[in-house]
Amino acid sequence: MQKVFSRPEKMRIYRRRIFYEMEALGLNSIGLTAIISVFIGAAITLQMAISLESPFIPRYLIGYATRETMTLEFSSTVVALILAGKVGSNIASEIGTMRITEQIDALEIMGVNSASYLILPKIVATVFFFPFLTILSMIIGIIGGYMIAALTGIMIPADYVEGLQYCFVQWEVTYSLIKIAVFAFIITSISAYCGYYAKGNSLEVGKASTRAVVSSSIVIMIFNLILTQLLLT
Amino acid sequence: MIKAEHIVKSFDGRTVLDDISVEFDAGQTNLIIGRSGSGKTVMLKSLVGLHEVDSGTIYYDDVCFTDLDFKARKRIRKNVGMIFQGGALLDSSTVVENVKLPLDLFTNQSEEEKMERVNFCLRRVNLDNAHKLYPSELSGGMIKRVAIARAIVLNPRYLFCDEPNSGLDPQTSIVIDNLIRDITEEYNITTIINTHDMNSVLEIGEKIVFIYQGRKWWEGSKHDILHADNRELNEFVFASAMAKRAKMVETTEDGHNGRRAKQV
Ligand SMILES: Nc1ncnc2c1ncn2[C@@H]1O[C@H](COP(=O)(O)OP(=O)(O)O)[C@@H](O)[C@H]1O
Ligand SMILES: [Mg+2]
Repeated sequence: MQKVFSRPEKMRIYRRRIFYEMEALGLNSIGLTAIISVFIGAAITLQMAISLESPFIPRYLIGYATRETMTLEFSSTVVALILAGKVGSNIASEIGTMRITEQIDALEIMGVNSASYLILPKIVATVFFFPFLTILSMIIGIIGGYMIAALTGIMIPADYVEGLQYCFVQWEVTYSLIKIAVFAFIITSISAYCGYYAKGNSLEVGKASTRAVVSSSIVIMIFNLILTQLLLT
Repeated sequence: MIKAEHIVKSFDGRTVLDDISVEFDAGQTNLIIGRSGSGKTVMLKSLVGLHEVDSGTIYYDDVCFTDLDFKARKRIRKNVGMIFQGGALLDSSTVVENVKLPLDLFTNQSEEEKMERVNFCLRRVNLDNAHKLYPSELSGGMIKRVAIARAIVLNPRYLFCDEPNSGLDPQTSIVIDNLIRDITEEYNITTIINTHDMNSVLEIGEKIVFIYQGRKWWEGSKHDILHADNRELNEFVFASAMAKRAKMVETTEDGHNGRRAKQV
């Protein structure tokens, strides 16, 4: 870990690599995040509309419930789990392959601190970019809910919109963004570690990549509880 | 000059290099030969510090490399080029970016100066039309050439090559061998090459070190390797039909020149 954060040798090269990684790890995850979010937003709204079918419960609570679920949990924690699968396995197998094909040795021979050169840009890129994915997921999820309300007519869209504005607490969004930044760090560092210390052949790289996804998912769940306890109570 | 004194290296209690002492001079092609699994790669990686040796010392000219810390080694690494067995080009970079990387890291040259050097090195390895390609789009021989170009781009004083012609056809192998030898002589580099290819041994083996069961078993040159009085070495050498023929030709023609023999 200390090796990762030692002073970068040439800032210019690092900046270029950070932008490259933002594209590879962040921009390329927009599609997946958007698709899953729109469907989950729609599903939550649909489920709520069906199960809250009672004259005593105001309909706008459906919009409220969708918003809360998306902001508090889905757009940070669940999106992080999905990204752990996509980005985590990508990082672990990329770095693992570089290890077994001696690309890491080649960097070391050039006097590069390979851990810092390969891993730091990925950490910086994901910690900065993933929060945007979370914001995107919130917006798209809420739109998904609106669309399903409008399409199926299961509730009046105006009620939904009213619910969205009900009791809005800015802090909940901030809380989610803090969470995703921490999760981004967890995903990238654990996956990079698994790849960096891969040994042997392609079988080992496969295992390293599985290990990366499993370990980072578990650590994410634990930190979700810790952060919620710290930030929301 | 690179010198190793009594180096020992083991992995999990299994000794791979057992008390090896050897000296490699500048301006000639030094070969480390041995069967696969005999420890050639470990030897080479120990010499460059990719593996820490358990005991023993390594000298780069008069500097004791083993004593140096990461920073001081980095200064020496500026003068080291290495060609890995599989080429080890960075997959995410083009040919030009691969070759240019050491310049980006170690020099403050302008982009034009760097490109001029990169083009020169690529031309030196006869690779003129692959600048924008990625490693996945190259053939084995091209990858090796790019690796050589990258290794020499900083004008190294020490060049390490791990099986530079494994997996190449015989013709390309010879081209690569000759390329490495020419560069070595041209710039007076201390070059150490791992190989198990008898072709290379007889072609460019100015100094040959035979490693057997982790020990230095024999050392000499291509001129005496065919007449060596060493059973394990003979088994290794004459496993290749080509070497057998070479010896036959030598003895019948009473020649003593390895190159002459090889041409037959
Ligand atoms: N990183 C490592 N960990 C454990 N054993 C290794 C490692 N690298 C090499 N070895 C062992 O050292 C021996 C020599 O390997 P190597 O130097 O690669 O042989 P070669 O002469 O074919 O290059 C082999 O038996 C190999 O299993
Ligand atoms: Mg080897």
